[in-house]
Amino acid sequence: MSVLDGIRTGGGRVRLLQDRRLPVLVTAGLFLVMFGFGAFRYQSYGFLDGQVFMNLFIDNGYLLAAAVGATFVILTGGIDLSVGSVIGFTTMLTAWLVEKQGLPFLLVAPIALGVGAFGGYLMGYVIHHFEIEPFIVTLAGLFFFRGLCLVISKESISITDPTVNRLAQTHVPLPGGSFLSIAAVVSLAVLALAYYVLHYTRFGRRVYAIGGNEQSALLMGLPVAGTKIAVYTVSGFCSALSGLLFTLYIQSGDPLHAVGLELDAIAAVVVGGTLLTGGSGYVIGTLFGVLVLGLIKTLIQFEGTLSSWWTKIATGVLLFAFILIQRTMTARRRT
Amino acid sequence: MSLTSLWRAATQHRLFWPVTALVALLVINVPFTPGFFEIHLKNGHLYGSLVSIVLFGSPLILVAIGMTLVIATGGIDLSVGAVVAISGALACLVVSKQGNEDAVGGVLLAFALALAAALVCGVWNGLLVARLGIQPIIATLILMVAGRGIAQLITSGQIITVNSGAYSLIGGGYWLALPFSLFVVALVVVLSMALTRRTALGLLVEAVGGNAEASRLVGIRSRRIKIMAYVFCGLCAGIAGLMISSNVSAADGNNAGLWIELDAILAVVIGGTSLTGGRFHLGGTIIGALIIQTLTTTIYTIGVPTQTNLVFKAVVVIVVCLMQSPAFRAKVFGARAQRRGPARKTPGVPADAPQQMEVSP
Repeated sequence: MSVLDGIRTGGGRVRLLQDRRLPVLVTAGLFLVMFGFGAFRYQSYGFLDGQVFMNLFIDNGYLLAAAVGATFVILTGGIDLSVGSVIGFTTMLTAWLVEKQGLPFLLVAPIALGVGAFGGYLMGYVIHHFEIEPFIVTLAGLFFFRGLCLVISKESISITDPTVNRLAQTHVPLPGGSFLSIAAVVSLAVLALAYYVLHYTRFGRRVYAIGGNEQSALLMGLPVAGTKIAVYTVSGFCSALSGLLFTLYIQSGDPLHAVGLELDAIAAVVVGGTLLTGGSGYVIGTLFGVLVLGLIKTLIQFEGTLSSWWTKIATGVLLFAFILIQRTMTARRRT
Repeated sequence: MSLTSLWRAATQHRLFWPVTALVALLVINVPFTPGFFEIHLKNGHLYGSLVSIVLFGSPLILVAIGMTLVIATGGIDLSVGAVVAISGALACLVVSKQGNEDAVGGVLLAFALALAAALVCGVWNGLLVARLGIQPIIATLILMVAGRGIAQLITSGQIITVNSGAYSLIGGGYWLALPFSLFVVALVVVLSMALTRRTALGLLVEAVGGNAEASRLVGIRSRRIKIMAYVFCGLCAGIAGLMISSNVSAADGNNAGLWIELDAILAVVIGGTSLTGGRFHLGGTIIGALIIQTLTTTIYTIGVPTQTNLVFKAVVVIVVCLMQSPAFRAKVFGARAQRRGPARKTPGVPADAPQQMEVSP
């Protein structure tokens, strides 16, 4: 199941269609085609400027972090709907602790991460030990964290803390004159870490094994309970981290921040080629999924005349197309 | 029949605990709102807290009924909120384009177009789930994401306001001194109950939800049943969309029906329909929807900060689901249940437990 696995498989169309890496390649290809289209169409508007590409990471860093967490959950065959709410709650908690309680941001950040991870742990615990569908448990989580946002404050809290401002405005220079934000760098680091964990550690193997067949994993003696709970904890942690990145990006806490972001995260994972039934997919695919979704937004901005709701429609169409690809792939694998 | 056995029969009934919860919620209101149960006749209209609960709860009841059938087939429909938005947006657009917004013909045309759109949405979901075999959560997620975009596309991102007496009838109007929406809800309820309980349709739906493959092998066209369930759910959501937009005389592509899918699923679960499919209780769903609406009203009237509404709902969802979970019951009540006589009243056991026990097969 490692990335290198498929190299042996060699030629033949059936082999190609069965290759687990195919969806990732399709997404990467789609990204290149879309980027080429943008470069061709908006050449005179500076689309090929390196910063346009880097802005994809700057503007979608928080989504990347959340989608990486969602990848873990979906790989085990579960789903986490609480992502958006946890992000919203983290922005709110951070803003409230920093602005109203006067705590330093560097102390607040670990607290927020801890709360997110603990929330994920609780949901994982209930899902595994009480055998309730992940869908409904994380739905309750969605309600709960969104409600907690409103309990903290109904009004949006803007952050004027100098540490936060400095972190938000720091540019990490790159060769070629472009730059990344701290949030983008952190999200890429999370991606790298997730890649390492999923492909080079025992924990990663267990995640794939449980997603492939939970019963078999259990019979093989793998610690299914611990792994499943850990996966939701990871997702909660990533959501909280994503919330911190979102706070840096937008510099305020608002009870309505990131409403529905879980759908974007799930869409990114699906478009990135991870099977919703679990057991197959790559976190690198998730990166391309996020980039494709981000690129849709960028293209719509460059087009200028298209309204924002086309983003939603385009996302839905893409989601549909990729689910169809997944269906044909799994159908072929069975026969 | 002795009193105890009557009591036992009552508590064993699957509607007992939902109804008790509803009555308790209603009674809680009395000290805070004097005359809570009073209903006045003013200008030929009935007014009162109970009437408002039914009036504001009717869209939710409709959506929840559709959702019940979808859940009974073992599916779920996340797109109802988006369908509500689409149907409201389309109807308001058509009405606002009319020269005379009060014209009954134009309003009927708007209704027909909106319901046709809702029908198409239902067919789309049904085809994805039944024909292409996509997981229901994901299949309906597509429309949930894209549907809001479509609704905004219809309204061009604006909030379309209409000023039509005929249009405002369905969501906020009165007929025979009662809210008109009540009649619509009653019609849908009676129709769906008659179709599912007086014909074999309900049994077929439960068979498909219990085991789609087995029911196909015994000769039930399970795909067709599933598609029908999604179409019905789409239509219910479409009517609910008309009501919501007519009540405020406006269509908001972004916020109309926001989170109604969650409320509807909650209503279904509270009503005793198991999320795994195979069983459904329309009566329970209606009570569940009324509980949620009463809860919302109660939170407003007793002065609890409205923002705790969501937290409270989350707690209710999780408690109800824990009670439905055999694993949870075995772990928490298992030892005690074995020592106890099976049907004795159980002090200290939260309200939903006995009713939910009956639900899971």
